[in-house]
Amino acid sequence: MKKAMSLVLAAAMAFSFAACGGASGTSGAASTASGTAIKIGGIGPLTGGAAIYGNAVKNGAALAVEEINAQGGLQFELNFQDDENDPEKALNAYNNLKDWGMQALLGTVTTQPCLTVAPETAADNMFLLTPSASAVDVIKEDNAFQVCFTDPNQGVASADYIAENGLATKIAIIYDSSDAYSSGIHDKFKEEAATKGLEIVADEAFTADNKTDFSVQVQKAKSSGAELVFLPIYYSEANLIIQEMNKQGCTASIFGCDGLDGLLTIEGADTSLFEGVMLLTPFAADAQDEKTQSFVSKYEEKYGETPNQFAADAYDGVYTILAACEKGGVTADMDASAVCDALKTAMTQITVDGLTGEGMKWEATGEVNKAPRAVKIQNGAYTAM
Amino acid sequence: MNMLKTMKKSTRSNLITYGIVVLFYLVMQLLASGGVLSNSMQGMLVPICTYVVLAVSLNLTVGILGELSLGHAGFMSVGAFSGAVYWMIAGQNLPSVLGLAIAMLIGGVMAGVFGFLIGIPVLRLRGDYLAIVTLAFGEIIKNILNAIYLGWDSNGFHFSMKDATALNMGEDGKVIINGAIGISGMTKASSFTAGIILVLITLFVVLNLINSRAGRAIMSIRDNRIAAEATGINVTKYKLMAFITSAFLAGMAGVLYALNMSALAAKKFDYNTSILVLVFVVLGGIGNIRGSVIAAAVLYVLPELLRGLNDYRMLIYAVILIVMMIFNQSAQVVAWRHQVWEKLSTIGLFQKLAQAKKQNKGEA
Amino acid sequence: MEFLSYLINGISLGSVYAIIALGYTMVYGIAKMLNFAHGDVIMVGSYIVFIAVNQMGMPPLLAIIISMALCTLLGIVIERFAYKPLRSASSLAVLITAIGVSYLLQNLALLIWGADPKSFTSVVGLAPVQLAGGRLVISGETIVTIVVSAIIMAGLIFFVNNTKMGRAMLAVSEDKGAAQLMGINVNSTIAMTFAIGSALAAVAGVLLCSAYPTLQPTTGAMPGIKAFTAAVFGGIGSIPGAFVGGILLGVIEIMSKAYISTQLADAIVFAVLIIVLLVRPTGLLGKKISEKV
Repeated sequence: MKKAMSLVLAAAMAFSFAACGGASGTSGAASTASGTAIKIGGIGPLTGGAAIYGNAVKNGAALAVEEINAQGGLQFELNFQDDENDPEKALNAYNNLKDWGMQALLGTVTTQPCLTVAPETAADNMFLLTPSASAVDVIKEDNAFQVCFTDPNQGVASADYIAENGLATKIAIIYDSSDAYSSGIHDKFKEEAATKGLEIVADEAFTADNKTDFSVQVQKAKSSGAELVFLPIYYSEANLIIQEMNKQGCTASIFGCDGLDGLLTIEGADTSLFEGVMLLTPFAADAQDEKTQSFVSKYEEKYGETPNQFAADAYDGVYTILAACEKGGVTADMDASAVCDALKTAMTQITVDGLTGEGMKWEATGEVNKAPRAVKIQNGAYTAM
Repeated sequence: MNMLKTMKKSTRSNLITYGIVVLFYLVMQLLASGGVLSNSMQGMLVPICTYVVLAVSLNLTVGILGELSLGHAGFMSVGAFSGAVYWMIAGQNLPSVLGLAIAMLIGGVMAGVFGFLIGIPVLRLRGDYLAIVTLAFGEIIKNILNAIYLGWDSNGFHFSMKDATALNMGEDGKVIINGAIGISGMTKASSFTAGIILVLITLFVVLNLINSRAGRAIMSIRDNRIAAEATGINVTKYKLMAFITSAFLAGMAGVLYALNMSALAAKKFDYNTSILVLVFVVLGGIGNIRGSVIAAAVLYVLPELLRGLNDYRMLIYAVILIVMMIFNQSAQVVAWRHQVWEKLSTIGLFQKLAQAKKQNKGEA
Repeated sequence: MEFLSYLINGISLGSVYAIIALGYTMVYGIAKMLNFAHGDVIMVGSYIVFIAVNQMGMPPLLAIIISMALCTLLGIVIERFAYKPLRSASSLAVLITAIGVSYLLQNLALLIWGADPKSFTSVVGLAPVQLAGGRLVISGETIVTIVVSAIIMAGLIFFVNNTKMGRAMLAVSEDKGAAQLMGINVNSTIAMTFAIGSALAAVAGVLLCSAYPTLQPTTGAMPGIKAFTAAVFGGIGSIPGAFVGGILLGVIEIMSKAYISTQLADAIVFAVLIIVLLVRPTGLLGKKISEKV
């Protein structure tokens, strides 16, 4: 009884804490919106191991919303919620956003939570545009669209590119078997490689819990005589693998997908090791076009770091929603289901010139049409191949 | 009222616990039918039930048996995956209540079997060594589930540890567990009512066990194993009994959890989840079943209530956790609280409350 | 030759586990608590060195000393505010508080330093040693880590057995009440233990990040759990046990990655742990506990 009593006391204390916090949070949000803005919700990991991706998306989206609101015209309000990269928390975040009055969802950032949230949005007829969840199953329902490439797409494109340009015939793969993105690309790449006459000489996995030491994977790649190492993974692990390759004196060239974008922005990294790394990416932070440069400088000024591909996808995502809203005649007073119906049809009719692709168009399936660009790191910068 | 007074103390205390659960159910249903329950709260009802069951079942191991387990999420995942696989191949064609019940039973039995297999060798170990072994078990299960590919076609199950294409399935085959991506595209079956029924079943099983001959034997092992052994209690048998019951209930909770979402991945069931449940148990009071129920519900909702804090949410959650722990468990703070209570009770308004509390204390 | 190379990699990984495990086992041995926040103190220590070297341009040695000093302070503060009030509470209460501290440190790091991974520049200037005509390479980091953990191990053993403070620690670990009766200040002894453990964490962090140069708020979490496993493996509370356990765990992990499966390496490591504990219920070098009624 004593314990229960003190628990209740402590809980009461916690609740009052929460109440204060909640009050200040909503008042902060209210000052930016005057009830005439379209409410866009965002979900992604802001804490925990995957926080890099969620924070990048949050920042990129916030920047786009700020720009759009400054232009006048349609107004947006963004509410971005943390899911800790956990499907259960993503569902909670989604329900929380529904209570807030969300009219369209930009998210979720990572694949696994998206597989859980997407069927919910379909049942609620809530428009979903994910900046970066790239599995095919994510867009199974007709209300769901993607800004990024799907995983199979990237796997096939990578194998084709390597074969057509004669980059190598003996290939080693190192991938994250516990990650949907990485294993998705890996599986398709292997299939396509077989049809293109590429030989996979080493196929090594690692898992999210065991990504400190890559000596074995690198050594196997090295001793298999691979000419090229394919890395369908994210840049923070790639940094470790590349450093390990350097340590072991493995000279095979490196080819990756959009997850490798960000290598050059790692603080404290010796970028000379990244010379010659090739990747298929829709976005490059040091591209010379005006749009990218203005985005990058604004982002750096506001958040003090160089944007990666996730931030760019999110930025494009918000502008895509804007374009679709304008096309479909969406206004802030429509309910979420009506917004969804309007956006669903508008999505297949719009063309968006974004940071991650010129003339992006969407299929009714939710898949985006854009061409990946192959770039190579030379003198510490991307150059087109 | 008279009947309540003449009842055995434990019976009355148990009735209060059931009462809290039923009251919670009725209030929530009332709010929901009145349309005042937020989406956010509605979405949390089934997870709350899941975590209540997990906390109560873990309390059986930690509080009643007195052994620290850090692998509760492992049993949960065994239940969740076996229940979900059954649901994918057969359960969803049955009426949803029946399908859910069978899935839960399968999940519970599978988890119980694992509890038995692990219990036999592991219960030889003591204290922190047992804790680390249960943690290791949870990580092993997660690691293996992450690498499993399971398919189903007219010929039966196909199994591989390599990738989905290695399953070699027939035309009508479908991949059920797709490695790290896990199971996706399930129809949902869990409901708040099912969750509350599971909570009540769990409470019934655990509370009755505690108040039975077997329960007293288990607690005597906790209090003094050697003395218990000397009085002729079969230590292994009773330890296993508690351990398996705990695993069985965790497995059922896993099924409830899995069928509340359309996708299921092994990553969720890591040591962080085990520890989260342990936090509920410790904050609710070790060995205090009602405390576990309340703590699980309150602490599950807490981080969601903190969403307004944005970036500071998890930070504040951590601070609250530490403060609550010290507030509840520190000898000095507890003594200070009693002093404050005494002072307050001299003020007339509080005298009645204080008397009531004293009475309760006498009974607790 | 490949086998030897894997063995060297295993020892290299194991030496990092060993140095983290020493901190774990030290705190466990004396304060009888599983300090789950140890991995996160390692992370904080690494960030301090990273900032001192990369952003403020300090020489690495100075940075390490600063990091050790700050981590010691952090350890004492954590002990004072989070663990000391619970001295007489159950060990589980302290365990949960340690987990709370772990969340707190991770989220503080996230707010202060952001989620972007930093690439840690190795502080080890030693060139790799080439053997067998360059087919076997032992990196400078490996050599330094092994030497440092051996020195720390020897130093700790000496400290515990031969100094007044160390013997006070032994006494506290045997019996808090009796130690107090003998005039030992239990509170300051335990605070001292945390101070030493946290200073060790700073060193471990630098070596961890020198060998595996990536730094994120979650960097300490998994190596922390692995090192804890290593400490149990060797017999928790035993200082040489932590060293042996760490090295063995690293070797087993690399060998199972090399010859069985890279995906299931963790499962294999933990399975070996379970088997070892079944055969020797108190770890490889742990003390047998005799029970009294």
